[in-house]
Amino acid sequence: MRFWPALIMLLALSAASPSRAAEGTDPAADARAFRDYFFKKFPDVRPDDFVNGPYALDKDMRRQWEEKEQFPPYEFSLEMGKELFAKPFANGKHYADCFPGQGIGVRQTYPRFDEASGQVVTLELALNQCRETHGEAALSYVGEDMAALTAYMAFTSRGKPFDIEIPDDPRARQAYEDGKRYFYTRRGQLNFSCATCHVQNPGERLRAEVLAPALGILNAMPIYRSEWGGMGTISRRFVTCNSQVRGVPLEPQSEEYRDLEYFLSYVSNGLPISGPGARP
Amino acid sequence: MRITWQPRLLVFCALIGAMDSTFAMETQTEFNAAYAVAEAAEKEAGILRNQWTATEAALAEARNMAAKGDFKRAIAAAKEAEALARASIFQATQEKEAWKDREIH
Repeated sequence: MRFWPALIMLLALSAASPSRAAEGTDPAADARAFRDYFFKKFPDVRPDDFVNGPYALDKDMRRQWEEKEQFPPYEFSLEMGKELFAKPFANGKHYADCFPGQGIGVRQTYPRFDEASGQVVTLELALNQCRETHGEAALSYVGEDMAALTAYMAFTSRGKPFDIEIPDDPRARQAYEDGKRYFYTRRGQLNFSCATCHVQNPGERLRAEVLAPALGILNAMPIYRSEWGGMGTISRRFVTCNSQVRGVPLEPQSEEYRDLEYFLSYVSNGLPISGPGARP
Repeated sequence: MRITWQPRLLVFCALIGAMDSTFAMETQTEFNAAYAVAEAAEKEAGILRNQWTATEAALAEARNMAAKGDFKRAIAAAKEAEALARASIFQATQEKEAWKDREIH
């Protein structure tokens, strides 16, 4: 008699465990549903245009942006990134030595799931891992140099569709699932989730800002933001979002942020890289 | 008469001073207790990865007021921080399941 209640409890617990939850996920179905939601919500927007964020939704903003693109505000950062990328480390090695394809035209494949460490490796993390491997100090994830390097690498991938893989590894599926959970979870004193702005209200104004759709939102990263008066990495964007809802931001490149980036990038698979971008 | 009043006045002042320092000691103790409770709640919110900036600001205000010796306001700020921290814990606990209702299917 004691055996059955214990067995039922054990089965219930194992069914509720995160690894079992991840086994039930279907990222491909998620991505289809994600895209369909936005395509239905904005039937006049071409799929590839979602990577242009608010400019895909607001005609006036688009006109201003197209004029700005004649002399894009991220140009200085792009030049700086190109120089930084080519500059050898003290040991004579380069960033190119750490990436497939010498780091050119590979941005669309990040974040990756690293089976050796069981962690999601973003482009920003990979750049710092490269530096540390070659005896250099890590760069700030929210600083100008990291923004410049990722801007250059994004530029070399412009037009290439996001191609994020989730390997057949329960840890990778769990990372994806955790990223999804973070995306939909309300947090901060304002009780907002990422989805509150970027799924439920894209195209609406939040003060002077037109909210971007979540679909394709990372394709334009890093971005020059007039509000920041400079370039910002994906890390900076996540930290700022958390602060704006009055939450204490996590550490840049924390596991949660990397998993979030994994989820958001995966559901935008097939949409072209447009970074570096510019936003108001 | 003046000579006899002087010791009485001194004793009176000493008593007032003692009462005042006793009161100050009590409020410092009260503040320490209120702050410890608030800090523990905020630590719990941190474990849930859901701290709020308003809580951090209220804790900082409590420390600032206590350093100035204004324990009344310091205690009020600590209690506010505790309430905010508890709200963030409630939010994080609710959201463990509630997020699923928002998922696109």
